[in-house]
Amino acid sequence: MAEGKTITLNMGPHHPATHGVLRVEVELDGEIIVKATPYIGYLHRGIEKLAESKNYQQAIPLSDRLDYASASANNMGYCTAVEKLMGIEVPKRAQYLRVIMAELARIMGHHLWIGTHALDIGAMTVIFYAFRDREMIMDINEEIAGYRLTPTFFRIGGVAADTTPDFIKKVREFVKWFPKALQGYHTLLTENKIWTTRTMGIGPISAKDAINAGLTGPSLRGSGVAYDIRKAFPYSSYDDFDFKIPVGEKGDVYDRYLVRMEEFAQSIKIIDQAIENLPEGPVAIDSPWITNPDLVSVQTDISELARRFVLHTKGPVGPDKEVYHAVEGAKGELGFYLVGDGTEHPFRMKVRSPCFYLASALPRLLVGHMIADAIAIIGSIDVVLGEIDR
Amino acid sequence: MGIENQLTGDNILVTSLNKLVNWSRSNSVWPCTFGLACCALEMIATSLASFDISRFGSEVFRPSPRQSDLLIVAGTVSKKMAPMVKRVYDQMADPKWVIAMGACASCGGTFQSYAVLQGVDQIIPVDVYLPGCPPRPEALLAGLMKIQEKIRTENLNQRPDFKPGERYETQVPKVELIR
Repeated sequence: MAEGKTITLNMGPHHPATHGVLRVEVELDGEIIVKATPYIGYLHRGIEKLAESKNYQQAIPLSDRLDYASASANNMGYCTAVEKLMGIEVPKRAQYLRVIMAELARIMGHHLWIGTHALDIGAMTVIFYAFRDREMIMDINEEIAGYRLTPTFFRIGGVAADTTPDFIKKVREFVKWFPKALQGYHTLLTENKIWTTRTMGIGPISAKDAINAGLTGPSLRGSGVAYDIRKAFPYSSYDDFDFKIPVGEKGDVYDRYLVRMEEFAQSIKIIDQAIENLPEGPVAIDSPWITNPDLVSVQTDISELARRFVLHTKGPVGPDKEVYHAVEGAKGELGFYLVGDGTEHPFRMKVRSPCFYLASALPRLLVGHMIADAIAIIGSIDVVLGEIDR
Repeated sequence: MGIENQLTGDNILVTSLNKLVNWSRSNSVWPCTFGLACCALEMIATSLASFDISRFGSEVFRPSPRQSDLLIVAGTVSKKMAPMVKRVYDQMADPKWVIAMGACASCGGTFQSYAVLQGVDQIIPVDVYLPGCPPRPEALLAGLMKIQEKIRTENLNQRPDFKPGERYETQVPKVELIR
């Protein structure tokens, strides 16, 4: 190629290695990327606008479909934000159940990441093992919530149902099994020569740059910044549990990989503590205008029937104020900014999605690397397009 | 299309060839790797060990539409994405089939909003609609078996015959890209 001439290459939106419908336009000098521009919006579904037309309870399923790889973690963000708006304190048992579901969702999200990331780089075996273990979590979701991928198990003021004996049994089985499976992933990848060659020193980002780009979650911690909202601003009883925040050093693809691998282990540790110390008590608050009456009293008491009718036709009322509440989703700081106006609908819901910031850091991550490394870098920041485009 | 369109009548040669071709086509339906949203994860789960779509001869997910027979529209089709979905469909070589996986692809689902195409059948013809948000892997397998059933009852010379330059005519919503 002649000196100074570049070619423009389009990746996506239909591309197996862009994790959905991300489109990246890269400018190449030979095989080196000199400029990269991500284009988003191919999965814009208007979730924020739709939430304005639904009541607070009805918008929970929409939050499932933001980061669909780890649905319960989004439920956690949305429900805790609404509860902060309404000033609700959730019972301890519900908080613990939420923690279990959110951590299982984090593991689910990381399973998808490790499977597809390794598949993109060329290690095909890992995805089979990852999804074998992911199916176990899907079974747990199905046991307690009735659905596999998008459980919508959370409610404003608590969770949808109490545990079943099978749920406890399945979670314990998973907690017992998973460390062995994790060891298997490590055996396949961590010291694999091809894997380390493809990932070490690729796509490094310094701590300062990562903070400036707004990165959060494992991608920020890979650069050595120990910032985790579960520790920094504990919510939903996270301060009861003993866990560590893994951090990397160089902030390259390999460090981000190691951070996420360690997060698997820490999540399992949290789930283990939560399921063993699950407190007794109700799983939702008992508030007449927020939570449903039980089904027996609905059939025997006309006032309870009327209350249920109002709850289902109008929904809980939010006060006239605004809140921002962030939780640690599987990809980073997942924040919900809610403006209530004294009605059943939020006046405005803004989602601060971690993946949006991760994708906007792509230009500075990709430049200077080979085109083949772009696949590794896009895989390592683990973007989910449902959350970017909303 | 090809030589099969020259075959007319119901004589023994044509019907036997029909059976043979349909049998082989129905047991090697290669899907296109095309995930749009949440349903794509269930599509991945279907293709992996627990559900094992290769029992039905469809494990070969092709990244290129040129090599695939089945387009699984797995997820929400936004108005910005619609032209690309149509282009992928147009690039697939005939014979080809389409599964609209999930509520979003079938009818817009929960996203009755300004940005979402209310059903992928507005831009491409659909053979099987799967309900669910997202459908279980078993549902996708059931949809695939429906497609296989459909293929087995097809006549070779009854495939829709597109003349050169002619396309499935529907309006793709116009979206202006803002740069």
